[in-house]
Amino acid sequence: MLFETIRLALRSVRRNALRSFLTLLGIVIGVAAVIAMITIGTGTTEKVKQDITKLGSNLLTVQALRPMRGGDTNFTPRPLEASDLRGLVDGMENVNAIAPTAQRTVRVVFGPDNLSAQVTGTDNEFFTARNWAILRGREFSESELRSGASACIIGQTVRNQFFGSGDPVDSLIRVGRMSCRVIGVLEAKGTSGFGQDQDAVVMMPLTTFQRRIAGNRNIGQIYIAVQEGASTSDAVLAAQNILRDTRRLTPGQEDNFDVRDMTQIADAMTSTTTVMTGMLGALAGVSLLVGGIGIMNIMLVSVTERTREIGIRLAIGAHEKHILIQFLVEATVLSLLGGLIGIVLGLSLAGLASYTLSIPFVPSLTVIGTAVGFSALIGMVFGFFPALRGARLDPIDALRHE
Amino acid sequence: MNGSAPPLLTFRDIWKTYGDGETRVNALAGVNLAIDQGEFVAIMGPSGSGKSTSMNIIGCLDTPTKGVYSFMGVDAGALDRSRRAVLRNRYIGFVFQGYNLLPRTTAAENVELPLVYRGVNSRDRRDLAMNALAQVGLQGREHHTPAELSGGQQQRVAIARAIVTRPTLLVADEPTGNLDTARSHEIMSLLTELNGQQGLTIVMVTHEADIAAYAQRTIHFLDGNIASDTAAAMEAS
Repeated sequence: MLFETIRLALRSVRRNALRSFLTLLGIVIGVAAVIAMITIGTGTTEKVKQDITKLGSNLLTVQALRPMRGGDTNFTPRPLEASDLRGLVDGMENVNAIAPTAQRTVRVVFGPDNLSAQVTGTDNEFFTARNWAILRGREFSESELRSGASACIIGQTVRNQFFGSGDPVDSLIRVGRMSCRVIGVLEAKGTSGFGQDQDAVVMMPLTTFQRRIAGNRNIGQIYIAVQEGASTSDAVLAAQNILRDTRRLTPGQEDNFDVRDMTQIADAMTSTTTVMTGMLGALAGVSLLVGGIGIMNIMLVSVTERTREIGIRLAIGAHEKHILIQFLVEATVLSLLGGLIGIVLGLSLAGLASYTLSIPFVPSLTVIGTAVGFSALIGMVFGFFPALRGARLDPIDALRHE
Repeated sequence: MNGSAPPLLTFRDIWKTYGDGETRVNALAGVNLAIDQGEFVAIMGPSGSGKSTSMNIIGCLDTPTKGVYSFMGVDAGALDRSRRAVLRNRYIGFVFQGYNLLPRTTAAENVELPLVYRGVNSRDRRDLAMNALAQVGLQGREHHTPAELSGGQQQRVAIARAIVTRPTLLVADEPTGNLDTARSHEIMSLLTELNGQQGLTIVMVTHEADIAAYAQRTIHFLDGNIASDTAAAMEAS
């Protein structure tokens, strides 16, 4: 009997092919939007996670805490300084590299060309800590680091923009108001999970950066690369102790700095994208609701159109429940069909987006299953009222209906 | 008439009232009637006389406002919707003026429809439908849709649908109303045959005297009541 009813429903859907298709469209778009949003969102989260773990799970970052605007701060703000770095270099065990950095976004000019680049003051340890190779040229020399020489190592984007495939080494570029000799080119890193170009960078000795760009002696971040196999949590504790010492914090004072490992940072960042994904999915879900109302509308039309048919069926012995089930199944088949098309469309869209944005394609069976269930549910819920209206018809009136 | 067996259906002081207050209309005003198993009855009368209302009550499509309608010994007027649906499905076949076949559905599928609601499996359904279609002379047209059939053929499909459940009573509402004379007489011969050979009780509403002439008994309605009944006249004489 149910099989019979499903066959009947499919036939009715086929008979009004264009109308059915237009009705389906609401559900198709809704389901496709939800699936695409969530799949792309999950892919982005995955990409962010991959990027961060690529930095190395054994990488720690040290930052000075900044006072919150308007809020009460229970610590004494103080930037990271050379003494902190020296303390870490002297006191930390089992580390591969400790690199100080200071950064600022600065306009970089070469001839008539210019671009905005992330300028970092650091030392050679940085390339070890970040596992970043120099493709061409050399790293900084001892004397360049010590004297604050105008030497810089550029990223691939800067190189491509200014020099194309030519050799940039020994060329002079302008970084902000200083002139700087290119001594090396970094290998390409690509785009980060947030769509940021990681190759639009210029590196220079920290002393140079402090004197010529920043105008102070502060250090922004210190990277600590812990040796493979050593405990990162032990390293975090050790760094905290050293820094409390170098920053002369008494036992009663709060830390005015922050030591984090990359897994913590990864968690913080992915939680943001997860929330975004949920919100986009919910937003797309609203269009599913609109699709459901479309189904209700067309089912009401269908019941009115087929009043006479309902009359015939009732006269020859159909029960209310037969009519109810017939229209309910029809609505469900309609929206389920829309759901299936929507899944295919949504996954295709997500696949295409993953390909163009070069993020991983992670379709979720849970999401697909939920979409199928939800679209069937929408058919049942929004089909119920029209179906009930059909089932409650008086056979005499229904037969008289023209 | 067979005096010993109880009648198939009886009307006892049946009233049917529509509307309320000033717009109140009595479609039936205290009708008494008895029809026996195997009778072929024609119901005539001008529109608004109450003949259609009577038909709907006889066919268990409608219930009286007052009075008792008993069908096969059951107080059918007191049954709820779904019990009446069962009654219609098991014991009553319907033939309408406008055929009322499902469009874009084959003759065989139309005939099978009452059996679907009876829960008959699809193979038995097919066999019964084929038999019924053969009985009304439509072999070879089983897979035509109504649009591909003439009016007379469509009405034959409707008759096949009505008799496929082997009903006790056939209710026909102006079955020849949409047909030309030749086709009308063919349909009437078919109904007469079903009545004569199978003892199928037929109650038929018609406007035309020559169609009514096929029935053994004619009841005239006027202003919500029976004006004349040939059975009563025969008894009186």
